[in-house]
Amino acid sequence: MKQYLVPYRIRLGAQWTMVLLNVVAGLSIPPMVGAAIDGPITNGDLVGLWRYAGVVAALGALDALLSLTRRYFQTTTAMAIEADIRDVVYGHLQRLHTGFHDRWQTGQLLSRVTTDLGMIRRFFAGGMVFLIMSTFMITLILAQLLWIEWRLALVVAASAVPLFLLGRGFFKNFLPAARAEQDQSGEVSSVAEESALGIRAVKALGRGPLMAARFGKEAAHLRDLGIRKSYIASRSWSAFDAIASASLGTTLILGSIMVANGGLSLGQLSAFIMLQLGMLWPIEAAGWVLAHGNEAMTAADRIYEVLDTEPAIRDRPGARARDRSAIRGALAFEGVEFAYDDDDRKTLRGVDLAVKPGETLAIAGKTGSGKTTLVSLPSRLNDPTGGRITLDGTDIRDIRLDSLRRAVTTAFEEATLFSMSVRENLALGRPDADEHDLLEALRVAQAEFVHDLPYGLDTRIGEQGLSLSGGQRQRLALARAVVVRPAVLVLDDPLSALDVHTEELVERALEQVLQDTTALIVVHRPSTVALADRVALLHEGRIAAVGRHSELMESSPDYVEVLSAESEEVAA
Amino acid sequence: MTAPVKHDDKHVAWRGRAESVEAERTSAELDDAAAIKRLRSRSRSLLGWMMRPHRRAIAFLVGILVVQNFASMAAPILVMVAIDSGIPAVRDDGDYSILVGIGVAFAVSAVLEYVSLRLYIVQSAKVGNAMLYALRNRVFWKFQRLSVSFHERFTSGRVTARQSSDMESIREMTENGMDDLVMAGLNIITITVVMLVIDPLLAAVTLLTFPLMVMLAKWFSRVSAIAYRRARETVAVLIVYFVESMGGIRAVQAYRREERDKEIFAKLNTDNRHAQAKGHHQNAFMSGGMKGIGHLATVVVLLFGGWQVMQGNTGVGVLAAFLLYMKRFFDPLNELVQFYNVLQSATAALEKLSGVVDEEIEVAEPDEPRSIECPRGEVRFDEVEFYYREDQRVLPGLSLHIPGGQTVALVGATGAGKTTVAKLVSRFYDPRGGTISLDGVDLRDLAEADLRDNVVMITQENFLFNGTIAENIELGKPGATREEIVEAAEVVGAHEFIEALPDGYDTHVRKRGGRLSAGQRQLVVFARAFLADPRVLILDEATSSLDIPSERLVQRALRTILADRTAIIIAHRLSTVEIADRVLVLEAGRITEDGPPEALIASGGDYAELHRQWEDSLV
Ligand SMILES: Nc1ncnc2c1ncn2[C@@H]1O[C@H](COP(=O)(O)OP(=O)(O)OP(=O)(O)O)[C@@H](O)[C@H]1O
Ligand SMILES: Nc1ncnc2c1ncn2[C@@H]1O[C@H](COP(=O)(O)OP(=O)(O)OP(=O)(O)O)[C@@H](O)[C@H]1O
Ligand SMILES: [Mg+2]
Ligand SMILES: [Mg+2]
Repeated sequence: MKQYLVPYRIRLGAQWTMVLLNVVAGLSIPPMVGAAIDGPITNGDLVGLWRYAGVVAALGALDALLSLTRRYFQTTTAMAIEADIRDVVYGHLQRLHTGFHDRWQTGQLLSRVTTDLGMIRRFFAGGMVFLIMSTFMITLILAQLLWIEWRLALVVAASAVPLFLLGRGFFKNFLPAARAEQDQSGEVSSVAEESALGIRAVKALGRGPLMAARFGKEAAHLRDLGIRKSYIASRSWSAFDAIASASLGTTLILGSIMVANGGLSLGQLSAFIMLQLGMLWPIEAAGWVLAHGNEAMTAADRIYEVLDTEPAIRDRPGARARDRSAIRGALAFEGVEFAYDDDDRKTLRGVDLAVKPGETLAIAGKTGSGKTTLVSLPSRLNDPTGGRITLDGTDIRDIRLDSLRRAVTTAFEEATLFSMSVRENLALGRPDADEHDLLEALRVAQAEFVHDLPYGLDTRIGEQGLSLSGGQRQRLALARAVVVRPAVLVLDDPLSALDVHTEELVERALEQVLQDTTALIVVHRPSTVALADRVALLHEGRIAAVGRHSELMESSPDYVEVLSAESEEVAA
Repeated sequence: MTAPVKHDDKHVAWRGRAESVEAERTSAELDDAAAIKRLRSRSRSLLGWMMRPHRRAIAFLVGILVVQNFASMAAPILVMVAIDSGIPAVRDDGDYSILVGIGVAFAVSAVLEYVSLRLYIVQSAKVGNAMLYALRNRVFWKFQRLSVSFHERFTSGRVTARQSSDMESIREMTENGMDDLVMAGLNIITITVVMLVIDPLLAAVTLLTFPLMVMLAKWFSRVSAIAYRRARETVAVLIVYFVESMGGIRAVQAYRREERDKEIFAKLNTDNRHAQAKGHHQNAFMSGGMKGIGHLATVVVLLFGGWQVMQGNTGVGVLAAFLLYMKRFFDPLNELVQFYNVLQSATAALEKLSGVVDEEIEVAEPDEPRSIECPRGEVRFDEVEFYYREDQRVLPGLSLHIPGGQTVALVGATGAGKTTVAKLVSRFYDPRGGTISLDGVDLRDLAEADLRDNVVMITQENFLFNGTIAENIELGKPGATREEIVEAAEVVGAHEFIEALPDGYDTHVRKRGGRLSAGQRQLVVFARAFLADPRVLILDEATSSLDIPSERLVQRALRTILADRTAIIIAHRLSTVEIADRVLVLEAGRITEDGPPEALIASGGDYAELHRQWEDSLV
């Protein structure tokens, strides 16, 4: 956490100084008032009174001014720190591999960058300042108390012992409770997000009430955790209070006796008591501050859980950038194995495959055979667990990730669109693409429907592109890949949502693009195979056969089973 | 509707133009003064709704606070008694009884404070959490009932923002606020009374500062409402962006959008920071101002009171006590200023939430729902007109009758309106003109539960929920036994791959089903629909991601399952269409051909052409 404070150390230092000054100003008022009572007022010295009043007024003005400025800067700094950390977490999340994101619900991540950071901010702007302030204040008050009457002051100081013990116990119990609550609040956001994102699925089945019940369960759990936390808090906070007032009572009695015996003046006693009253609320609020501190600590833990996760896919040391224009696009899989990290069975068990520059290779295989997994490897969305992949003879892990992903572009089987302008979606992989490139890509993907949208390319499309039809989404995603003009184009089942006629049009237009681009195309239909020069059949984690469609139809029964409609009659 | 959106700003251009400026808010959240006023009052009534069930508990809490307040109020009085009578008694008569009394009183008040505070903390947490719980559920349920078109423009990120950051704001208020509020209120009242009793004249002088404080509070209330309202917006935009880019992280990484994303996010983050800071800065001013006023009062009382003492009108003890009280009068006020800040922020959040709660449901439940006695699954479109945007009619006037039990295939070019037809039957939207009826009952009159029992659609997007495979299938029929679930999976041919997964049916599918392949997801969704067993089944491209063998398996299953069911099948793969009794060709929202597949092929129209193309593509 410290590193995020470093840039603000001067500000923080200045702020804390101001806090201290603020305390001094605030604290110096009661003695002045006391002195005014003991001196001029008791003596009937009006001029003296005016003088004292002037001092009090000046101190008061200073106090108010300091209070204003310190609060002003306090929030500014705390919010700047919060925003900084948020940027860092966001940036880090973006580098984390997809495997991480599969596992973490968005709501959990979100609660870290909102709620948790909020808690940390509040602690910096409130709790921490308060802690500094009250520690300082208590020290100061104690010093003054010692000055006035040391024996009484020791009585006051003695109350620190039970306070400390209580505080320690509090820490132990409160931390886990706070953590549980924060985790649960992430869970609640997750359910909220999911049920909104999946609203169509929910409505299509009429499962609104079920989702509500599910949400209700999570929310109830959150509520119960909140209440549990309060039980823990109640035990120590209230004791803090009681100790503070017991200590006040003790000093009052003892002090009165001392006054009666002439060991202490009346003014001294009232000054003492007044000072001690000033000590009351910092102690009473200590529970609250500790709670905030605890919450900020667990919040920081939760954030570090994410920050400490290393991206699994990174540049290897010595990795070099490759210029896009220097890449020919010869892609080779050499004994590639892949296993998802919680699955002991390998999805890919030794794939050997070479794609020549400019060649188009189709990949066929049954549902779940690992096609998508295979094509996610060249752009390093996943890294093989065995073997290697080369691009123009270089292991792709020795190419800088950024330049590799510029060279290898994927259109996913599910169009992942964002609720941004069509243009922004289209130029996702190449922000510098000019109008001509965009139009050309739209033409290739037969996605010219975008011109009919209300604001053309500037129209904002709905979340996940859901204000478009399925085929429109897919074509837009295809156009997006085409815009990049990669050396290796990966298309994962790119035409599944298109009608036969449109499919043919797209294929025809794509052919030109594919002429000088290496391409991997996952296919499910014979119709898409037409795009490819060769087809590879993925079967049980290996490439079972490679060749031209017509050859394979003759030679490979597995291939026939996967891709031929002919055998349909067997079923009927 | 097409009000010009400021568009030249490079930083917002990426968002594109929404169809209307109101795209991202509930209609309650307009900008004009009258709307804001309405909003305020709605948020207040929402707050009232939250508090109403807890009236007694809240009264009890206030009671506790009163006790607590008096317990703590005792201290200065006891000090006064000690100084004015306790000390003289000991000094002059060696009489300790008063001091002992004071000691006892202190002990009692400490115990009282302990008990009451403890009670208070727990009770208030109970009330606060219960209120939030109710609000969360209410908002969730409302979101569930709001129409698909609402969600389309509102986005899930914003829903999440309402449920997370807005709720958080309110939680902050319920957590720390009430005691400050009540304490300060009580303080003001009791201390005013006490001061009036001790010395009316001095009290009157103190109270002169009141108008100043009110003015300051009014100023803050006005400006911070604007600031926090804006902050709610900026944080929502931030959350929307966060949620979306995390949801689409594959595309972000594959397209190297990280830098641009960071840039945009940083901008949104900064916007949000400034918006939040504004309110807090205003609060700093108010806080400093309040302190200043408090000190001013002290000075005045000191001068005036001192003069009074000199005149012999008041005792020193009285003045000392009075000054003590003043401290206790102003200190809580400073706390209250902090609370006021939290309150303003929470009110802004409540405004947003009340906007949601009051949003009109476009596809509303009927007031007097009709139910279908024995459903046959007959669907009728009568001159149905539909558009998403007024200038683009997707369905210009569709009439269609599907008798119960018929299997209809809907084919046509992409964007022709097939999904739209399906969504209309599922009542995602209501037609803009004409009627759609199920078994003779207008969908708009049909009870929601009845509709959903009878009509189930597999949407083009296969959505899996966080949970296990079994749980995802079970969604089709909550409470289904494991046997039923397995059976459904077997029927659609999903059983085999599920069994092969490490935990079988209990395998967790991860976020959006990321653990499964696209085809596997589709099969799971299919199994879900089969389990639902509706009268009318709508399949929108339900086999598009399957390989041919799986598709064939599904078709075989469909043949038996659809025998006595109404089905609308949308597919580009004509293999799926072959099991249909009847084919409808949709072109730009109009039915151009209608008949049994063989007949259409024979007739040589569009469908015959499509069919020919498709057959060609198979080789
Ligand atoms: N993130 C993941 N974690 C663990 N296993 C996974 C993950 N993604 C996919 N799998 C499993 O790996 C296998 C291959 O999945 P993949 O998505 O590559 O299949 P596919 O050939 O593309 O299938 P489809 O034709 O359905 O798209 C499947 O059995 C799937 O269950
Ligand atoms: N939610 C929406 N908001 C605005 N326009 C929409 C929305 N959904 C669909 N449209 C538009 O309505 C038209 C018909 O869409 P629909 O989804 O019904 O097509 P479809 O026939 O299912 O096409 P596909 O075969 O590609 O799925 C398209 O032009 C589409 O852009
Ligand atoms: Mg796949
Ligand atoms: Mg569709």
